Amino acid sequence: MTHAAEMYFSFTPLLAVLVSPAAAILILLSSQKPNLRETWTVIAAVCKFALVSSMVAPVLAGQYPAITLFDIAPGISLALKADPLGVSFALSASLLWIFTSFYSIGYMRALAEHSQTRYFASFAICLSATMGIALAANLLTFLIFYEILTIATYPLVIHKETAEAISAGRKYLAFLLVAGGALLLAVAVTLMAAGTLNFAAGGYLSPAMGRGPLLGLFILFLVGVGAKAGLMPLHSWLPSAMVAPTPVSALLHAVAVVKAGVFGFARIVGYVFGPSLTADIGGATLVGVLAGATIVVASLLAMAQDNLKRRLAYSTIGHLSYIILGTVLLTPVGWLGGLFHITTHAAMKITLFFCAGAIYAKTGRENISEMDGIGKQMPLTMAAFTVGALGLAGLPPVGGFLSKWFLAQGTLASGHPLLLAVLLLSGLLNAGYFFPIVVRAYFRPSKHFERFDEALPSMLIPLLLTAAFAVLLGIYPDGIFHFYSLSAEAALGVVARGAP
Amino acid sequence: MSHLPVLIPITLLLSAFLIPLAGYVKRDFAFAIASVGAFLAFAFSLAGLLMVLSQGEIRYHLGGWAPPIGIEYVLDALSAFMAAVVTLIGLVVLIYSRRSVLHEVPLRVVPLYALAMLLLAGLVGIIVTGDLFNLFVFLEISSLSAYALMAIGDDRAPVASFRYLILGSIAGSFYVLGVGFLYFSTGSLNMADVAQRLPALYQSRAVAAAAIFIFIALGLKMALFPLHLWLPDVYTYAPSAVTALIAPIMTKVSAYVLIRMLLTVFQPAYLRDLLPMTSIIGWLAAAGVLYGSVMAIAQNDFRRMLAYSSISQIGYIGIGIGLANPLGLIGALLHILNHAFMKACLFLVAGSIRFRTGRWKVSSFAGLGRKMPWTMAAFTVSALSMVGIPPAAGFFSKWYLLLGSIDAGNWFLVAVILASSLLTAVYFIRVLEQIYASHANEESAPMKASDPPPSMLLPTLLLGAGLLILGLFNSAIVTHILNIVVLPLHRPGS
Repeated sequence: MTHAAEMYFSFTPLLAVLVSPAAAILILLSSQKPNLRETWTVIAAVCKFALVSSMVAPVLAGQYPAITLFDIAPGISLALKADPLGVSFALSASLLWIFTSFYSIGYMRALAEHSQTRYFASFAICLSATMGIALAANLLTFLIFYEILTIATYPLVIHKETAEAISAGRKYLAFLLVAGGALLLAVAVTLMAAGTLNFAAGGYLSPAMGRGPLLGLFILFLVGVGAKAGLMPLHSWLPSAMVAPTPVSALLHAVAVVKAGVFGFARIVGYVFGPSLTADIGGATLVGVLAGATIVVASLLAMAQDNLKRRLAYSTIGHLSYIILGTVLLTPVGWLGGLFHITTHAAMKITLFFCAGAIYAKTGRENISEMDGIGKQMPLTMAAFTVGALGLAGLPPVGGFLSKWFLAQGTLASGHPLLLAVLLLSGLLNAGYFFPIVVRAYFRPSKHFERFDEALPSMLIPLLLTAAFAVLLGIYPDGIFHFYSLSAEAALGVVARGAP
Repeated sequence: MSHLPVLIPITLLLSAFLIPLAGYVKRDFAFAIASVGAFLAFAFSLAGLLMVLSQGEIRYHLGGWAPPIGIEYVLDALSAFMAAVVTLIGLVVLIYSRRSVLHEVPLRVVPLYALAMLLLAGLVGIIVTGDLFNLFVFLEISSLSAYALMAIGDDRAPVASFRYLILGSIAGSFYVLGVGFLYFSTGSLNMADVAQRLPALYQSRAVAAAAIFIFIALGLKMALFPLHLWLPDVYTYAPSAVTALIAPIMTKVSAYVLIRMLLTVFQPAYLRDLLPMTSIIGWLAAAGVLYGSVMAIAQNDFRRMLAYSSISQIGYIGIGIGLANPLGLIGALLHILNHAFMKACLFLVAGSIRFRTGRWKVSSFAGLGRKMPWTMAAFTVSALSMVGIPPAAGFFSKWYLLLGSIDAGNWFLVAVILASSLLTAVYFIRVLEQIYASHANEESAPMKASDPPPSMLLPTLLLGAGLLILGLFNSAIVTHILNIVVLPLHRPGS
């Protein structure tokens, strides 16, 4: 970083968190008036994004908006601070929430879903918790929002209220509450050992604790955030959770919730342990192996799925580990690749989920084997799908190419050619499980999908926009919202200090 | 000199005597007097707490007789805090109780309120007294009124209450035996005085016997595992309002006495460092935490589930006492407060469900989320708080207990605390699934139900909202009150 970062007092981070719970209350109060209710969601989404994006310019100028509310435990305050890492995550989540809001409205109404009030209210709370996670200035604040996110997602997972949904919900909670327990313990141990919980770029734990205990603590943290991040072997809740309505899978199980896990991991490596300590205690190696294995295994498992959403879920598991991998490469370019992938993967995967949902809402089909020739009926949807698929396979000009390019550089810079091989192999596997879908859709004949009949505009337009956004990230990565600069700034802030 | 310490129990005692007289004229007077009495007692407690925090402890000599001859009432940070908790919960539950009592036991309204006030008077007396024998008197007042209160209720209530009476009497005798040993060892019954004389007698076997008797007695009264056997039946068969009054505070007051013994009478130097008493309590409590949670999972009767859950949660308090370090005891004291709120809220919810639907089986709760949205919202908050989801209050007591266990290097207790959170989640999620995501089945034929009337709903919501407020602002309570209480636990030089 070229300039020293300074904090200044601002209500903006707090407002960014509080917009959606306020909306949730209004949503609950307007349960009898669907149009008014949905208006609150849209207003909240737009306000939230406006608030977050207003913080981009100051943050890039080295001025971090921060607010310290009150002591939530003696000596530990409930505090928010918008730094480049946090803002980049908050920005992509809040931007995509706008698209998801419109899409949700179309999707829920097209399928005449029940309990829409509960659905939209929970959704708003989830986004609030995500902002809190992104902007938390210390571990306890982080933990509080992290647990709120776990709970607020639960009603969305069991939304269908079928036996399958309830058992998916139990599985989800079993994984996430155990992980939450591990995280709680890790935070408590950190407090007792270091006396502070405040995040500091470059980390603040001291090696004096000893290598063994530090590695133990690292593993506790890893379990804590790894479950949300779908890191194998803690991933299996995610494919089951695909029973949730598609917008939930799109925003929460591809962007907000799971990215909260990888984001948390980046916070812990970069702002609690610090790069050099992570390397010294062997944490980097451990996670490198796990993430590498996750990438390959998840891609292979994705191939075996016929259910489109489950295939996407396994693909998500693999791509989340790209980000984790980027973090433990501990080089600036590796971090850049990982952090930028948070945004690019979000744009691409949400597009794919939107497509899956549009197909389901329009034709009721969930399985890939039943989608032969669907490109004839829904050519625009499938075009967007193709864009997302190309990006996830790492092909230009979609954003996924760039993040993968940086990640590849990171593997070389840190001297791990084997991990480069993993990335390349994964690119092939991605192509292997996505392209057949595209081929089936466009080139297989079908008697079911004869005439042009796309999903509602409220679903079609968001998915086209997210696809366009994914391409924009590839050709003009800094874009209008400075996603690239934010990632780069965060990467330099962490790794420039205390690189191994 | 301020009269506050004695005003709190006297107000409650007076209303207990007024209720039968006024109730003889008109049944509704009983409720009115009880509410006013409880409100005044709470106001006095709160005033006492604020005075203690600003000016230090208040000592009151009953009848003007100076201790150690006379009986002394003491409001210090610990007793003022406890008195405020007990009277507040008592007040909230009493306000709630009117409709519920009229619905469940319409013929016993007057005795019920008289006994309830007597119970509260006894509990508050235990808290404010600075005299070991006077404590026994109040213990018996509260116990006897509790037996009678619990015996009101359905057919099985008298038997359950009788079992409690036998065990409670054993506890009472053990306590008085222990106090007897202390008296002939030290020649005094005043707590402060006994505390001064004890260090010279730490090697005495009689003192050790006194400690053991007193601790068994209190373990029984607070239902510390394995002395908990009386509890589930009593909580299950008593009228809803009675359970809601007794469950959140009565066992806690015994826990308070345990803490008082640890901090003031015997002092940590004896119970923690010489006798391994606190660690024994810690291990038993840990076993109770797990046992209670596992048993709660097995229950289909909602009230019984809550009863076993109480055994488990009392274990948390026991763990804190067992740790006997500042963080651990802060956790225990905060959990006394938090759990009082949570359990009161949960039993009020149980009462409201019974009031509106007559049901108490979890499997028959399907669809209640839609029928009683506000009540179920309060239930959800308290359930999440029980599991320990931040920012609800329950998270923070676990947080301090966890820090205390780590501080003590006791990783077994760390594991117990975390495991129990998950077990608690298991039995509450099961209920939440029924309430929100289940569809009507044979057991729960379509029913007409709605949130209870405001006199029942508002206290429930108040407690639910209180859980969030207590959670967010726990730091103020810890810094201003509990940190003062736990000062004696700091080891010299650390």
